[in-house]
Amino acid sequence: MAGVACVEQILKRNPEFDITIFGDETHVNYNRIMLSLVLAGEKSADEIVLNDADWYRSNKIRARLGVKIAGIDRHARIVTDEQGESTPYDRLILATGSKAFIPPIPGVDKDNVHVFRTLDDTHALMAKARKGLKTVVIGGGLLGLEAARGLQVRGCDVTVIHLADSLMERQLDATGGDYLRRRIEGLGIRVMLPRQTAAIMGNGHVDGLRFATGEELKADLVVIAAGIKPNADLGRIAGIEVNRGIVVNDFMETSDPQIFAVGECTEHRGQTFGLVAPLFDQARVLAATITDNRGPVFSAAAPATRLKIMGIDIFSAGATDDKAEGVETVRYEDPALGAYKKLLIKDNRLIGMILVGDVEDEQTYLDWMRSGTDLAPLRRQLLFPPAASDQGLEVADMPDSETICGCNGVRKGDIIHSIHAHGITTMAELKEKTRASTSCGTCAGLCQKLLRAVAPDFQEETKTSLCACVPFSYERLREIVKGQKLKSVEEVLAIYGNRKGCEVCKPALSYMLDMLWCGDHDEDRSARFINDRVHANIQKDGTFSVVPRMRGGVTSPDELRRIADVADKYQIPMVKVTGSQRLDLLGVKKADLPAVWRDLGMPSGQAYAKGVRMVKTCVGTEFCRFGVQDSTNTGIELEARLENLFTPHKFKMGVVGCPRNCAEATVKDLGLIGQDGSWQIVVGGAAGKSVRKADLLVTVETRQEAIEASELFFQYYRENGNYLERSYDFVERLGIEKIRKDTVYAPDEEKRKLLERLHRSKALSHDAWLEGDRPVNPTQFVPIEAIEKAREPQLV
Amino acid sequence: MITQRNWTKITRTENIPPREGRSVKVGSLEIAVFNINGRFLTIENACPHKGGPLCDGMVTGTAVVCPLHGRHFDLETGIPVRASEPSCLAVFPTCVEDGVILVDLDAGHRAFESDAA
Repeated sequence: MAGVACVEQILKRNPEFDITIFGDETHVNYNRIMLSLVLAGEKSADEIVLNDADWYRSNKIRARLGVKIAGIDRHARIVTDEQGESTPYDRLILATGSKAFIPPIPGVDKDNVHVFRTLDDTHALMAKARKGLKTVVIGGGLLGLEAARGLQVRGCDVTVIHLADSLMERQLDATGGDYLRRRIEGLGIRVMLPRQTAAIMGNGHVDGLRFATGEELKADLVVIAAGIKPNADLGRIAGIEVNRGIVVNDFMETSDPQIFAVGECTEHRGQTFGLVAPLFDQARVLAATITDNRGPVFSAAAPATRLKIMGIDIFSAGATDDKAEGVETVRYEDPALGAYKKLLIKDNRLIGMILVGDVEDEQTYLDWMRSGTDLAPLRRQLLFPPAASDQGLEVADMPDSETICGCNGVRKGDIIHSIHAHGITTMAELKEKTRASTSCGTCAGLCQKLLRAVAPDFQEETKTSLCACVPFSYERLREIVKGQKLKSVEEVLAIYGNRKGCEVCKPALSYMLDMLWCGDHDEDRSARFINDRVHANIQKDGTFSVVPRMRGGVTSPDELRRIADVADKYQIPMVKVTGSQRLDLLGVKKADLPAVWRDLGMPSGQAYAKGVRMVKTCVGTEFCRFGVQDSTNTGIELEARLENLFTPHKFKMGVVGCPRNCAEATVKDLGLIGQDGSWQIVVGGAAGKSVRKADLLVTVETRQEAIEASELFFQYYRENGNYLERSYDFVERLGIEKIRKDTVYAPDEEKRKLLERLHRSKALSHDAWLEGDRPVNPTQFVPIEAIEKAREPQLV
Repeated sequence: MITQRNWTKITRTENIPPREGRSVKVGSLEIAVFNINGRFLTIENACPHKGGPLCDGMVTGTAVVCPLHGRHFDLETGIPVRASEPSCLAVFPTCVEDGVILVDLDAGHRAFESDAA
């Protein structure tokens, strides 16, 4: 990473270099700090690629992947690879990184003992991980904990053992480590502290560990995450100065003037490096040195650390030693909330912080620390700092050359340039175009402020979290469910929630699973409201209402006769014409539902569901003397194409045959308005709790195009709407311009994919009332009779 | 003190799916039996608020949410989860023997009587 980051910087300064990159991994370079997210299934290997093959091609860089360098002749300035091929150089950069440190424990060479350092290691672990596999992670630092969570999410039964008395002891103090331990245990990962592993046991394959105390622990898989050490071998081969790492000076020069080193393989003023931010600083310094702009110097600042485990917020930055001369500490803890904050202050300046469970103010603290803010006037508010009233001011004060994203080396000036050049308005776009804030995420707050200050059309990202049971935003949850291939509500709640769920999140998750897997998921009826378990709408007395589907509001004498007969036979107390051009039979007993449906011989109208309700139509060209389009048959076709599908909230449609709009299409979630020779498709209308005139999505010529545009919007709303968000809120939240761009004006490929997903869901959907004859469980509709005749119950 | 239980056989466990409830009529009262992932709990079926059928409510942990107006009750104690609801439900001792759910209908118990009652 550091090596290629340096090459990127070199190209910015001087694109004339003729560059060859050797790497012994066969992959193009990827973001190593994201490996834990690949292991946890939150990202794919492709998503963490930093520079793809195209980048190498377009920058005319020769990439020699999977090639190991065997020799360096620094007098002849030639490197020789393992095949014996020689490549001459003018300047040589060593960016060989680091390797996993494997402690000298007997048995580390057994099968199923792994390290977690590269993409190949990650793939190997993913191949081994399975449900119930007894897994031990040796090492309770950042990487060990992330590995543990990744494996646990894949079903492994994980124990973390750690040499020290508390977890992440290099970044946290003992109390912080204890809060972290409780959080980790709360996720279902066992933690054993302090434990020194004396041996890894097993005959060929690992089958357990023995600790120094003699205690033993069973294990089928062992992952060693006990730290890293610099890969300095090439430095030794070249004969340049090497201690623990390849020794570099402040300009990243080694003891040979034509050889430079960067990244985790280096040793600078006696220090080696494992976290990403200083490495990018090194890359920038080296790029200056090597392009004859020698001047910038590298100085290792105290790095910030963030644990990348969803649901656990850990942030630490700056100094951690509170015993040092003149250091004061300010602390806050709340065991019930699992929150712990500690600030280290010296001379009224913030010099370090530990935040566990509550990282909301990390940006403010970082700003204080970086700018050396005098805290004397803020002493009463240190633990709960006031929201900055001058949002963006400190960003405005920063020089353009100042680095915003330490990980990816993005400066303030770069971001401002990109915002203007690409018309960036959201954080997502900013990340995509500049890579700022895509690694550790520490600078997200600063980027946000910069966007707010610079982008004229800045859009605040709405992050409504679903509920306290699963504290993630809808967007995040959709990513999680998709990425981790979660297929049941119970699974989501067990891994990412409080294992209980509530009446808010369970139906929302049910919907999300159905939508994302296009109906191919493990449906859990217990996670759905009673209406969706018995496919009827519960009434105030516990009876149900039954609304059969009557497509386009068109019925027949035969259907009406059956409805009348059913009403008589089951003594249905009320038959009512609904506002949706349908008939409602009210007051049906749950036990009668299957028979009522059978006798009706009509499909469910889904009048109880967060799903497709109806298409209301006018009589159009068939009878109306003003009609200019066949609204009735278009409405019937539209209803048949979308019925039985679920949506974030109820979804009502209308189709009218002329602009007189008799079926009120402009106040429906989706409306088709027939005009002479064209159709208008309008979306986001409402005439219920809110009244809103629908926005025009597009005008098209043919009925077929009108239906396609409807389907595009429908599926787009299904995929991007938050649960219980009506289309009129959805359209207002996203804006009709964005919706147009993502649906009717999207590239053909995108449109095709949207429709494909819709049609896949549709193919797996079915008329819910078929369950009348094939119930999902024996007592879905049938009341239970006590086996033994029961006497009158008594209260005591 | 040993409590003498007077068990009545209600139904086989498989008739109540996990995390769902079912009503059973016993005498003049309806009870609702819930399957909390293999543990069975019994309460009176009618919500004290407006008589909603609690057997049709969604289960969250060991509580049930009335399908009509969202009142929450703890199934183990019958106590309303939010203080705004003044009444509690009767709970009945329940156990399972040979795959059959047994309820002691003589030992229904309310944690407290509401002021209104």
